[in-house]
Amino acid sequence: MGYTRNAEESGELRTEGPPVACASPDYPVAAVQRMNHVFPILTALAYFLSFGLYVRFLSTGSKLTGRLGTALLGLGLIAHYFALLERPRGLHTVPYHDLSGSMSLIGWLLAVTYLGLELYHRQRSVGAFVLPIILVFFLVGHLAPADRLPPPAAHGAIFALHVTLSILAYAAFALSFVLSLIFLGEERLLRRHKVGEVVWRLPPLELLAQMSQSSVLVGLVSIAIGTSLGFITVDRLEGQHSYFDPKYVTTLLLLVLYAVYFFLARTTAWRGARASKLCVFNFVIVVFNFTVVGFFLSHGHRYF
Amino acid sequence: MEIVLVGLNHLTAPVEVREKVSFTSEQAQRAGEELRARGILEETLVLSTCNRSEVYGVPPESSHECAPGLSTFLSEFHSVRADILGVSLYHHYDHEAVRHLFRVAAGLDSMLLGEAEILGQVREAYRFAHEHGATGPVLNRLFQGALEVGKRVRTETELGTRPMSVASAGVKLAEHIFGKLNGHKALVLGAGAISEQVVASLRDRGVAQLQVMNRSRERAEELAKQFNGKVIDWGEWDVALQLPDVVVSSVSAEEPVLRRDIVQRAMAARGNRALFLMDLGVPRNIAPDVGEVYNVYVYNTDDLGEIVQQNRSARESEIPKAQGIVDEHVAKFLSWQASVELVGLVDALRMKMREERASFIQARMETMKHLAETDRAHVEKLMDEMLEKLLLKPAERLRGEKKLRRKIQNVEALRDLFLSNREKP
Repeated sequence: MGYTRNAEESGELRTEGPPVACASPDYPVAAVQRMNHVFPILTALAYFLSFGLYVRFLSTGSKLTGRLGTALLGLGLIAHYFALLERPRGLHTVPYHDLSGSMSLIGWLLAVTYLGLELYHRQRSVGAFVLPIILVFFLVGHLAPADRLPPPAAHGAIFALHVTLSILAYAAFALSFVLSLIFLGEERLLRRHKVGEVVWRLPPLELLAQMSQSSVLVGLVSIAIGTSLGFITVDRLEGQHSYFDPKYVTTLLLLVLYAVYFFLARTTAWRGARASKLCVFNFVIVVFNFTVVGFFLSHGHRYF
Repeated sequence: MEIVLVGLNHLTAPVEVREKVSFTSEQAQRAGEELRARGILEETLVLSTCNRSEVYGVPPESSHECAPGLSTFLSEFHSVRADILGVSLYHHYDHEAVRHLFRVAAGLDSMLLGEAEILGQVREAYRFAHEHGATGPVLNRLFQGALEVGKRVRTETELGTRPMSVASAGVKLAEHIFGKLNGHKALVLGAGAISEQVVASLRDRGVAQLQVMNRSRERAEELAKQFNGKVIDWGEWDVALQLPDVVVSSVSAEEPVLRRDIVQRAMAARGNRALFLMDLGVPRNIAPDVGEVYNVYVYNTDDLGEIVQQNRSARESEIPKAQGIVDEHVAKFLSWQASVELVGLVDALRMKMREERASFIQARMETMKHLAETDRAHVEKLMDEMLEKLLLKPAERLRGEKKLRRKIQNVEALRDLFLSNREKP
């Protein structure tokens, strides 16, 4: 949970970073301009090419193209990792310090989660749908101007883990959202007997449901641990911050909604398209939590 | 090192002829042994499937010369009149034989375009011939190339991925809903020939449990026994629909046997687990409104037939890609063949030149008796060096340069130019 109170008041100031970090109003922009742009360019190229190859794989079924798509995604992930390191180094802060960093980190974790799922389930056809989202997160993250925010009051390993796990949860939920949309589309086509070229190449419905559930499980575990770590961080800052934050409510609501989805999708009459619709709805709450709550309602959190 | 192929297939011979000319394993072995013993072929391989019987071989002499002998042999071996067999047989030589085999392995020459079984049959025929010592370096290389072509066509094109029969389209759809069918259960309504075909496909895909329901219990038991299934009494819908994920129906009935209320009740009992209903009956066995029930997928004969039709067109569109792979491997094989032949030719030339050198020196030295023994040896050595220089560089280039080998189209012409018949390798 990123606390936006003036760091000097908290008494838990970060020790690293130059003393000029917030002294000049132009500092973040200038710092971003001075950064090495090789890795972001490499990342964007690798993701774009990977997206093209995944689309081609979906339309032609060529296995070689699919493998190349996966290889380029892996390459993009490595370049993205270094790009993620580059920006906080330039700004002397953590990747999730501002909106740009958070977006980029979501994109990276989404790519990691997707690649893990792809390798585990040996299914490449979903790549064509996931890559655009990864690309959007990455590009928005890297093209957006840097914020001029003071460093967060909280810091340390627990806080970093809290934020990273929360962002991983958002990435996993985003992936389950994409998988659920594919499920709904494919299910609709199968029920209407419109079995075209692309439908044959999509994963079987049961596998899509499993992949979505695996992704939700990753998200649930991450958000549960992340939230617990967040409360530990709050506890450490006791007396300096208000305990109540609307973000708590929406996060707990998300936990409950995804747990309900996980249960309904596996055991009850809701399995199938209904569970997928619920998953799509849950992601709307995730977006709400990330945007409306993060920007306007929460006083203790930033973008995660 | 030429290759000859004599055979017949579904395009050249009716089934009455094909069945007479087919080979069992023992017959294939015996035919190969006889062909080699009679000196008609040096290497042999018999490929016999329900749609084709083909004999591949490497003749000691020209492939064109041995073909009539091979046809006569086949006629005698199978006791089929030569005039009947003659109109059905095709003969292919060298690169045409190579191209034919590679097309066969790719599934391009099959009755069912892109069928997967043929590659297994080619592999088996090669394994059998190789184990019995019937193949040599040429056929080994040829069939290894054919297996590579078949594998590449199956992995790099979609020639064999789409189902081409109503039964296989149904099974493929089931896989598209449930994933791998291992561990899933199936129910068969009706025990006719169509059901049997689908059940066989389902069993091949590893369906864990099979239930059979038929008006005639006797016939149901027969089918259940054949596929290790379980019989359920006709009309016991609540029991029958509780477990299976796939239902195949091909019952002769005027009215639909599966109505919406029956399926709705079953879906409630099974916690809405997805159910795939394959209706192969005409008139339809499953009421049309069953398809509206949540998580139920209904496909009838027309729906499946439409998928088969789409797949046929899709497979045909993959032919150029598969043909490209075949052409690539034909060129590769011919290049290898040319390199072996050319290197053999160069070796034969070297031998011939050494002989020529010996007789040349023998004749000339008579007039140069004044030379000392060491001078004579020196002259001979110089001539040897010159000959080696003349032949060594071209030989090395032939071994190393693929493009050069491809340029030399007719090794036989080179042989005729430099070597007499007796000296040909």
